[in-house]
Amino acid sequence: MNNEGVDKSKRQFLTSALTVVGAVGTGYIAVPFLAQMQPSVKAMAAGAPVEVDISKMEPGQLIRVEWRGKPVWVLNRTPEVLETLKTLDNELRDPLSQESIQPESSKNPVRSIKPEIFVAVGLCTHLGCSPTFRPEIAPHDLGDKWKGGFFCPCHGSWFDLAGRVYRGVPAPTNLEIPPYRYITDTLIIVGEAAEEAQA
Amino acid sequence: MKPNRLTECGNWILERFPLTKLWNDHMAQYYAPKNFNFWYFFGSLALLVLVNQFVTGILLTMNYKPDSQLAFDSVEYIMRDVNWGWLVRYMHSTGASAFFIVIYLHMFRGLLYGSFKQPRELIWIFGMLLFVALMAEAFMGYLLPWGQMSYWGAQVIISLFSAIPVIGDDLSLWIRGDYVVGDATLNRFFAFHVISVPLVLVLLVFLHIVALHEVGSNNPDGIEIKKHMDPWGHPVDGIPFHPYYTVKDIVGVGVFLLFFATVIFYMPEMGGYFLEHANFIPADPMKTPEHIAPVWYFTPFYAILRAIPDKFAGVIGMGGAIVVLFLLPWLDRSKVKSIRYRGGIYKKALFLFVISFVGLGYLGTQPATPGATTVARILTAIYFGFFLLMPLYTRWEKAKPLPSRLTEQPSLEDRIPALIETFEEMTVVKPVETQNGTVLKRRPNLSGILKVITRLAINLKKSLD
Repeated sequence: MNNEGVDKSKRQFLTSALTVVGAVGTGYIAVPFLAQMQPSVKAMAAGAPVEVDISKMEPGQLIRVEWRGKPVWVLNRTPEVLETLKTLDNELRDPLSQESIQPESSKNPVRSIKPEIFVAVGLCTHLGCSPTFRPEIAPHDLGDKWKGGFFCPCHGSWFDLAGRVYRGVPAPTNLEIPPYRYITDTLIIVGEAAEEAQA
Repeated sequence: MKPNRLTECGNWILERFPLTKLWNDHMAQYYAPKNFNFWYFFGSLALLVLVNQFVTGILLTMNYKPDSQLAFDSVEYIMRDVNWGWLVRYMHSTGASAFFIVIYLHMFRGLLYGSFKQPRELIWIFGMLLFVALMAEAFMGYLLPWGQMSYWGAQVIISLFSAIPVIGDDLSLWIRGDYVVGDATLNRFFAFHVISVPLVLVLLVFLHIVALHEVGSNNPDGIEIKKHMDPWGHPVDGIPFHPYYTVKDIVGVGVFLLFFATVIFYMPEMGGYFLEHANFIPADPMKTPEHIAPVWYFTPFYAILRAIPDKFAGVIGMGGAIVVLFLLPWLDRSKVKSIRYRGGIYKKALFLFVISFVGLGYLGTQPATPGATTVARILTAIYFGFFLLMPLYTRWEKAKPLPSRLTEQPSLEDRIPALIETFEEMTVVKPVETQNGTVLKRRPNLSGILKVITRLAINLKKSLD
């Protein structure tokens, strides 16, 4: 074939232009395809708040409720537990919860609105297993350093009874505290934030 | 001869489709080295298992329901009420584990004989992509029975993505399609497991084989058979794949099926390794099982994840353990391919690597006690050391001289007299009192056994130099 007199720059321009137009079109169609895999409107709407009645809770008792498909713990802590929590700071990664997720009302050393009632999302901040509740002190399998807390069976993360993570375990931050508030003294609603105190 | 209807029909096709050419290029005139040994069974066995997974998988989809309310019960329905459903499901679940056994041995063969080295780097890359796709396929398939282990395993693995800085949380939300693993996750994993990933697997198998047949197979001597051609242009040391290796592979298939059937019929759960006990309990999003572990084929990587006491670094370590395998062709600086002619340092390194891989695999199935974590850290260091120090130690190694033609190993028949001699050495014949008087009986001979073991140990040490 005789290529003489062919203006290749025009071909080059057309090829580039077509490539660009094609890429833009692919980009546009990719958006709905990828967004299709996002949580649906129904899934987003399903996160209704749940009420928890704590009037019948014994000291030291833990109850589990389901909120947005996640386990939420409500724990009634004894005075001894609250004393122990004060002694752990040196072994914890984030004792004051500077880098952890919690509503402002729970950003204190015991991580709760009322010190004795502890509310937390029961999923390890490492890879999302639900840690087991181990209130006993120095059990055989966890050793003498265990002062009662939550132990994640998946990867061995340690949390104290305020959901604060120990040093040297895989979990990076303290357990998440969900937004919650007291409707009455014995009724909690999980999923609605407490009115923040105006400081 | 007058052409009959059948040949006319055949010719009609051949004029329109290169059937003969394909057959000759890839089977009847594909020349493979004549010295393939035991390790060369696993490529064709992997193909067999793939076919098994396709056939049984299609049958399972006919009764399975990808719905979080129905999934667990539909699997039990398959097991109890569908005709032969138990067989099909056990073939599929055992096939998954068999796939990884076969693939790990296939990859180990590559490490033994340098099959990843120039000019076969691309074959190795395609193979590694296959391995990754296979892991994705197995992981998503494991969610489908919707048992406790399915649920929490998926929860943990999807959460791995949330460790990626900035985009992590949005990414894991996008993968799940909900704030927790739920119906949306199950449904999409079903789609991926049944449609997308199988298509990717088939495409990659095709590329893997096309690349292999372009450069030709490696062999236990690690030398190129194409260097010596006969007058007809075929390698002197090559034999046509069909019929020689098709027949050899059928023997391998027979032995494989013997083991495969034994597992399916007598130990389908394999003591909790192939089907984990906790997975016979329906998924419960409120409660993690006391001890969770992935299925055995993921445990080496899982142990690496657990050994590193930082979330993001752990995920990087786990991903890096797979990524580093991709780089193998460029990490290995040795001039020879096969372990037969490599220096002792590679043999020792490979030996340590196998120990670390098996050790990590075992630790990954066990609870994370402080002692176990320490051992896992040491083994993780060995695992990465094998790869990352490879450019150094393979450059120093003193290779033995390569033969110009393939060598011949003593056949089993030639070894029989020596084996009988060893047996004689390990036993002693002495008179034993029985009800029918004194008879001569063969009994183990302790000093003989010790001698044989010492000799084996000395030989092992020699072979590692």
